Amino acid sequence: MRSSGRATAAAQTFVFSQIAETVKAQNYEFDSLVLSISLPAQLCVREHSCWLHVKKEVREKGLALDKDDVIQVKEAFKWIMQSLVAKELGGGVAVVSKSVFTRMAVVKALEKISDDKFLKQYPCPPARPASSCVPQDVQCLHVSVFIAGRYNKFCRSLPQTPWLIDGERRMESSVEELIAAPVLTAFRADGFNFSSSGREDVDVRTLGNGRPFAMELQNPHKSRLSKLQMKELQETINKSSDKIRVRDLQIVTREAMGRMKEGEEEKTKSYTALVWTLKPIQKEDISFIDDIKDLTLDQKTPLRVLHRRALAVRQRVIHTMNARYVDAHHFYLALKTQAGTYIKEFVHGDFGRTKPNLCELLKTDTDILELDVESVDVDWPPAIPE
Amino acid sequence: MDCETQKDAELEAPSIIDRYYTRWYRTDLKGQLCEDHCILQHSNRLCVVTLAETHPVLQNGRTIKSIDYQISNGCSRLNNKVSGKSKRGGQFLTDFAPLCRITFIFYCFCNLKAAFSCIRGRLLEVNENILERPNLLLEKPSTEGYIAVILPKFEESKSVTENLLSRKEFEIVVSKRDQPQAS
Repeated sequence: MRSSGRATAAAQTFVFSQIAETVKAQNYEFDSLVLSISLPAQLCVREHSCWLHVKKEVREKGLALDKDDVIQVKEAFKWIMQSLVAKELGGGVAVVSKSVFTRMAVVKALEKISDDKFLKQYPCPPARPASSCVPQDVQCLHVSVFIAGRYNKFCRSLPQTPWLIDGERRMESSVEELIAAPVLTAFRADGFNFSSSGREDVDVRTLGNGRPFAMELQNPHKSRLSKLQMKELQETINKSSDKIRVRDLQIVTREAMGRMKEGEEEKTKSYTALVWTLKPIQKEDISFIDDIKDLTLDQKTPLRVLHRRALAVRQRVIHTMNARYVDAHHFYLALKTQAGTYIKEFVHGDFGRTKPNLCELLKTDTDILELDVESVDVDWPPAIPE
Repeated sequence: MDCETQKDAELEAPSIIDRYYTRWYRTDLKGQLCEDHCILQHSNRLCVVTLAETHPVLQNGRTIKSIDYQISNGCSRLNNKVSGKSKRGGQFLTDFAPLCRITFIFYCFCNLKAAFSCIRGRLLEVNENILERPNLLLEKPSTEGYIAVILPKFEESKSVTENLLSRKEFEIVVSKRDQPQAS
């Protein structure tokens, strides 16, 4: 087959420069790149036609040739383009063959159709195209970067995730948004996925070392931050709001995200609750609480979450408790419990659906006025000394 | 502690019910005078069925003999089983679906009353604690002595209370009962 050398070279330069310009304009920071190409499905038909032509010519010369022996247009294109792009942008090259569109229907049809039938419908060799190809679109996507840390929540009117009902915001801001804003700016990322080792209610504070969290940053334009820069980012988050605080902020791997979820099911948590009693109490009335060890509760799914959870009975253990007298109707209750224990329901009984409960133990109606998370006993992410 | 301080403490008492639930009432169920029910509707749309304080069963001098969730030959509310988040399998109830039969003693007479659903929705659970301790119904009718938990259809979460009275409307109905009839 003849080809026009100069026209091909010009087309090459055009495609290559369009790719290089787009990547530079989006100002990414990267060590390596992968060039992924999507070619129109019609190309399969042209290739099939070429192949039939080559097959006929080769047979006439008495040689045997397999379809796999012929290099696909897509591969040849990538080999040429990838090295040009890499040289211009300074990244190492990873050659990954990735098919973007499903052209399965076309490919399957070509497999089924007989050579004779095909030749009746399509010219062989394929007609020379009138114009050279033009890239339709160049899109860039950086692999996600993962960061982790621990957060404190000092506010009793802040949800962990945005609280929206019917598209309307019910409460201003959220823990994840307050943390994400400076992080997205620092990494110049398009979006994020926030997850944490458990959650607390809107009206519950998270004290102590805080709760482990991790964030996936999507399409970050900047992917490397030094330890010092991470410390500065942490400072920026902490200065931006007095409702939350972040510590141990660090870049982690994707695998590390799984470690955080394992903490959610297995580890223990500590709490302090402010309890109200209907019956007036004396110090002696609550001292027996300190002696209770490893109390097993049967907790039916609390009514307040039953609309979105399955109805079930969960056994959970309260390992230790400590009562601190305040006045005739109030005392502070410190608890260390198994992960997944519903504290509020243990205190007020949830219509008797959590047994045993504090009302039964104290033989009076009780309610919980305030709750704080004192510690989430997961030793991940690794602590970073201040 | 003297009486005054006790009353103050009770007034200040934060009630779980008032914090998270809205009280709705249905009076004179099935034409029976004073057989009032109180539906506690949670902000997440779940409804807890309880007997209102005016119900004959809860008045002075009564003791509960037994509570039976077998409401007909083929149907026991105890057989209600829900599975999964969407609570598949729960018996679907209409306003006047009976939930249980309450047998109680008053002045040596045995009486039978029924508790009803009052709203449309899927039955999630009935209170098995009152089977073991029937007097719980007398002691704590609004909390541990509840009858059942019902989940209205999502589309009907607001309309399900249209046939019910608010606390204020209920109090008006009750006060009219106490007034002597004009002759």
